[in-house]
Amino acid sequence: MKGDTAVAVTTIDDIAAPPRDWLKTLRSARSVAVLIALIWVPLMLYVMFGNHIGDAAKPYILVPAVPATALLFIIGVSAWRESPTAIVGLCLVFFWLIVAVTVPYLPIFDPNKPLMPFAPVGAVKGAHTFWLGGDWKGRDMLSRVLWGSQRIFIWGITATAVAYVVGAMLGLIAGYRGGWWDEIISFIANVLLAFPVMVLYVLILTYLGPSGLNLIVAVTFASAPGIMRIVRSLTLDNKTRDYIFAAQTRGESPLYIMLVELLPNVRGPLIVDACLRLGYTTVAIATLTFLGLGLPPPDADWGLMIKEGASAAMMFKFSYMLLIPALAVSSLILGFNLMADGLREISLKD
Amino acid sequence: MLQIIARRLVQMILIMITVSLILFVIFDSDAFKKTIAVHELGGYAVAALSDSDYQGWLDKKGLNVPAPQRYIKWISDIFHGDLGVSYLKNEPVTQLLLERLRATGILAFWVFALMVPTSLVFGILSGMREGSKLDRTLSVAAVFTTSIPEIATAIILSVIFALGLGWLPSKSPMSGGFDGWQLVLPVLTLFLYDFGYVARMTRASMAEVMQSQYIRTAVLKGLPFWRVILTHALRNALIAPFTVIILQLNWLLSGVVVTEYFFEYHGFGKMLLDAALGSDIYVIQAATLAAVALAVITQLISDIGYMFLNPRIRFG
Repeated sequence: MKGDTAVAVTTIDDIAAPPRDWLKTLRSARSVAVLIALIWVPLMLYVMFGNHIGDAAKPYILVPAVPATALLFIIGVSAWRESPTAIVGLCLVFFWLIVAVTVPYLPIFDPNKPLMPFAPVGAVKGAHTFWLGGDWKGRDMLSRVLWGSQRIFIWGITATAVAYVVGAMLGLIAGYRGGWWDEIISFIANVLLAFPVMVLYVLILTYLGPSGLNLIVAVTFASAPGIMRIVRSLTLDNKTRDYIFAAQTRGESPLYIMLVELLPNVRGPLIVDACLRLGYTTVAIATLTFLGLGLPPPDADWGLMIKEGASAAMMFKFSYMLLIPALAVSSLILGFNLMADGLREISLKD
Repeated sequence: MLQIIARRLVQMILIMITVSLILFVIFDSDAFKKTIAVHELGGYAVAALSDSDYQGWLDKKGLNVPAPQRYIKWISDIFHGDLGVSYLKNEPVTQLLLERLRATGILAFWVFALMVPTSLVFGILSGMREGSKLDRTLSVAAVFTTSIPEIATAIILSVIFALGLGWLPSKSPMSGGFDGWQLVLPVLTLFLYDFGYVARMTRASMAEVMQSQYIRTAVLKGLPFWRVILTHALRNALIAPFTVIILQLNWLLSGVVVTEYFFEYHGFGKMLLDAALGSDIYVIQAATLAAVALAVITQLISDIGYMFLNPRIRFG
């Protein structure tokens, strides 16, 4: 842990001080996208397909994600430095993201190994110290809460991303094409928006059965209508601008105009919305897992930790089993919300 | 304006018909017919049943007639107040649903009774003087309370007040009749989450009105500040919060699922979740239909209310 921070500090000094323009080039949409992919793909492979990867390769998968996360954090800080709110949010989110990508390399215990049931905070057993106590099965709470960040992140981000692709595509079609396309897509969205969100989640997950992939489907059904509405109204705003007419006159295909001309021009409000939605999705996934409709045990997951704590230890003495995952999830959501708030501030200033 | 209301009504009816069709299709699939069979005959019996015997059972239950016919029967049954039978509770769904909706209604009543006055007062006071100490405190507090998910709020509150201090019961099953004390923690949980959001919306609306020309004119004219607020600003500033508050009812139907489950309060949300976990399909179907109906009606009320309150639309 100590070694890691030292490395991070030197990189900040190296990059942030003299060569400003280098950082500016990195702030372009393309390099940010590459960095996000460098974090997301290894994490996804590690969390979703970890069982299919051989033990020899598994420890090395997350290696590219670690510097990518650090670099993305530096880019984020330099891009949003005018808004302290956004920076605080960014720090909270990146704390958990850095934990998620480095957790296999941290010197902590196996999160699934029962060592000392109901170990109180600070208990010592042999060489093990339970800094945050142990849970009802005796697994170390500290390593469970740190490992839990991986699942929360990867399922939350993936589900939001899928919902965004579907919602944005439908919104672009509804807004740009108009006519019957618009009528039909908007009606379907209205029908889905008529369901209270939790009721929709419960309905879909009962129908499909609880699993990670079905969670993504459920999140898509629940969030895509809202995203579609935003993208549609932004598209309607931009549709009559000159640059669109220019593209039409050049003879570009509608798909090209939608994806290359329209989408990049409406991305500002979408990024704010995406931050908020990442928060909602994270809450939804943790909550659904708590309710028994989400991710299956035994791997560490904040929702699952709350579920197990609530059924095993409703006593003040053991309340850390509930409080730790609850505070972890709250801090992550707070981070997302502060980021959204700060970004809105920045966009209002412009 | 009548035209807009008529349009909204038609839209609402269309949405309800579509939702009922979707629910019918979902709950009428072969897999779900099998679930009914498992509940009635037992899992082993269904597994041992030959195909023709199973078809015979379907015939006997009237599940083999064409889908449109069954849909019409299902809808007309609903209008006669027959929503099927709950397998888990062994009682008619209609009775169960009404009982649970009443329990959640009590919960919702107290949440609103607490949330509406506090969030309006704080929202107006902080929107009145933007950037004041109260305004900044409220903004920070609102970000915090809306960021903490209900499940975490429920945990923190019950650890402090129930497990730590022992002032309040940690679970609210109301097994020994109605007990007001058991209502406190669920109400507080829902209130804390909702308060921040509504207060922020009220603040934004109030701040916008305070910047408008007519308020500046009234102040420059030399009217006392409180009169400007009470007679000029509030009227317009309260239109947006009205819609937000009505729509919170829709949100509450989502929020109660977690809260009621955590506190074991026997309301609508817990009924839905129990049914979902036990694949009690008639209950899920009825609960979803009721939730959508409630949500669509609140949406309609908020739309029409907004039109009545907003003079630009009323006289437009």
